[in-house]
Amino acid sequence: MIVAVTDYLRQDKLPHLWCGGCSHGVVVGAVARVLAGLGIPVDKTVITTGIGCFGKADDYFATHALHGTHGRALAFASGVKAVSDDLTVLALMGDGDAATIGGNHLIHAARRNMDITAIVSNNNNYGMTGGQYSATTPSGKKTSTSRYGNPETDFDLCSLVVGAGGGFVARTTPFHVRAMEKLIAEAISYRGFSFVEVVSCCPTYYGRYNREGGAVAMVASIKERAMSKEKFNLLPLEAKPGYFPMGKLHLEEKIDFNTRYREVQQKAQDSHRES
Amino acid sequence: MVQSEVKFISGNEACAEGAFYAQARFYAGYPITPSSEIAQIASERLPTLGGCYVQMEDEIASIAAIIGASCCGVKSFTATSGPGFSLMQENLGVAIMGEVPCVIINVQRSGPSTGLATSPAQADIMQCRWGTHGDHAIIALTPSSVQECYELTIRAFNLSEKYRSPVVILSDKTVAQMREKVILFTPGEVELLERKKPTGSPGEYLSFRPDDDGIPPMASFGDPHLLRITSSTHNEQGFTDDDPSNAFTLIRRLYDKIEDNADDITQIKTYFMEDAETTFITFGITARAALNAVHKLREEGNKVGLINLLTMWPFPACKIKEAVANCRSLLVPEMNLGQLVREVERACCAKEVHSYTKSNGKNIFPGEIIQAWRDSL
Ligand SMILES: Cc1ncc(C[n+]2csc(CCOP(=O)(O)OP(=O)(O)O)c2C)c(N)n1
Ligand SMILES: [Mg+2]
Repeated sequence: MIVAVTDYLRQDKLPHLWCGGCSHGVVVGAVARVLAGLGIPVDKTVITTGIGCFGKADDYFATHALHGTHGRALAFASGVKAVSDDLTVLALMGDGDAATIGGNHLIHAARRNMDITAIVSNNNNYGMTGGQYSATTPSGKKTSTSRYGNPETDFDLCSLVVGAGGGFVARTTPFHVRAMEKLIAEAISYRGFSFVEVVSCCPTYYGRYNREGGAVAMVASIKERAMSKEKFNLLPLEAKPGYFPMGKLHLEEKIDFNTRYREVQQKAQDSHRES
Repeated sequence: MVQSEVKFISGNEACAEGAFYAQARFYAGYPITPSSEIAQIASERLPTLGGCYVQMEDEIASIAAIIGASCCGVKSFTATSGPGFSLMQENLGVAIMGEVPCVIINVQRSGPSTGLATSPAQADIMQCRWGTHGDHAIIALTPSSVQECYELTIRAFNLSEKYRSPVVILSDKTVAQMREKVILFTPGEVELLERKKPTGSPGEYLSFRPDDDGIPPMASFGDPHLLRITSSTHNEQGFTDDDPSNAFTLIRRLYDKIEDNADDITQIKTYFMEDAETTFITFGITARAALNAVHKLREEGNKVGLINLLTMWPFPACKIKEAVANCRSLLVPEMNLGQLVREVERACCAKEVHSYTKSNGKNIFPGEIIQAWRDSL
């Protein structure tokens, strides 16, 4: 059966609700094209989301969906995956969802190595609630709750997930759409917890508060600051701030939770029979 | 014929046995005394049954995971106590709004907060009813014996499947950890209910279109019928809809599908009610003390009776009213500062209602109930 990208998107829900210049729609488009490209049936795909602007992403997919609570997408997804190995499970999250209120679920999903693909559209603030700072707002940046500059330090999400045990970790941007598709496709095909961070932009809040000059200027700046891991590693330490590595940052074969759990079931059944 | 199995086990073990009998095959939880035996048994037994146990990072994630698993058509449960039940309130709302069957066993312990870790209490009655925000209904069952732990857990799964709703087992530390004889059912002895599945074509299926009974059939993730579960106020398709009349229709339906079926859902057990002048109304471990008090008072020729509530929510108001129709007064002993008594007063406002409360981490003893009864005369 030939599948088209339109099979995965709910045409009747378009145009989407996001502001002009927001990156979230770019990510949704990429995910839909990847699902079509991989030919994963819509009824074998489950999309879980949290709450936020990107938390609305599930509305646009003609797949199964679980629109839960802020930050909990991965916790819902973990229950889905644990009992349905045959389903492709994606958790689409904002930076508030994934890194801030849901940070605990993120590190544990990575550690537990559930076969879930987590995609974070990181726009460095809480878009939905009016542009407050999140755990990925860089130090010193202005938001609606850090008018004098953010006194906190931001997370490097990819490093966080690598540290937590994630086997597939990648970063991409809304400028590099083809690369984004390739990385998402690889993430979905990877057996185990896979993580893709999209360095997104929120021209409406973060961009305005920090006078970043609109969506085009923001995407141009993201493009300027993105480089390969190799190139980034060669930068002297003092030159690194502001720049970030993109592409596949970490790949490691690891046995996923469900495979491990099948061993548990086997052992349990063997010992049950003996007793 | 298969012989029923007789066992000597704890209330927690009985809850786990009930869950397995009901075909529950997924447990996600975070250990907490006095509920942890349920987790331990689930971790040991579920893999032998082809099921799965996952120990989550907290109780927020635990209830989220059982909701996720239930959406795949797998009967799912978790167990916790006060602090964990508090964390579960957020996603209990998702199970209510998203109409996802699941069972949450809350083994009550003393509070607030860490409280007298871990002494008995029965003080989560109102948290269980109203702990998650917004207008909603909830089903909560209250066992007072190990046998009831077993039977009510099976019933909890049946009700959750039938009404597409979360069901809480409001157990308590004493019932959960005492050991008694139980008779386990043989396969097929108790009817197990399954959620209604969609019957029409996948294209016509709407995740939240109710049948005439107010309950929408539920597809599973992986079915050709696409299931959309959402925590937001939604239309029948499962998309956010802020139209006031839609919002009201939804809230009303979610509420009514439980409250209008109170007759089917609620159960009370009555003792010595034929000629009772005073009725003790209570639940859980306190019902055991009250029954003992009733026996003693009856020996002295006093006309007292007992209602043991097996259902706390929806409140069995009609059944209580009917049972106490000829009583003069009611006495409500409970291990909290007076939560159940208010509901009894609301249901039986024409009666003289007395309260006996205790909130110090100790069980209520029969002698205290007898004394409270004497004081009320
Ligand atoms: C428990 C809880 N706390 C707070 C909120 C309010 N809230 C809704 S969305 C959101 C932030 C969303 O930010 P993010 O995840 O980065 O997504 P974005 O809107 O930027 O796409 C917050 C704080 C909530 N819904 N739930
Ligand atoms: Mg954000």
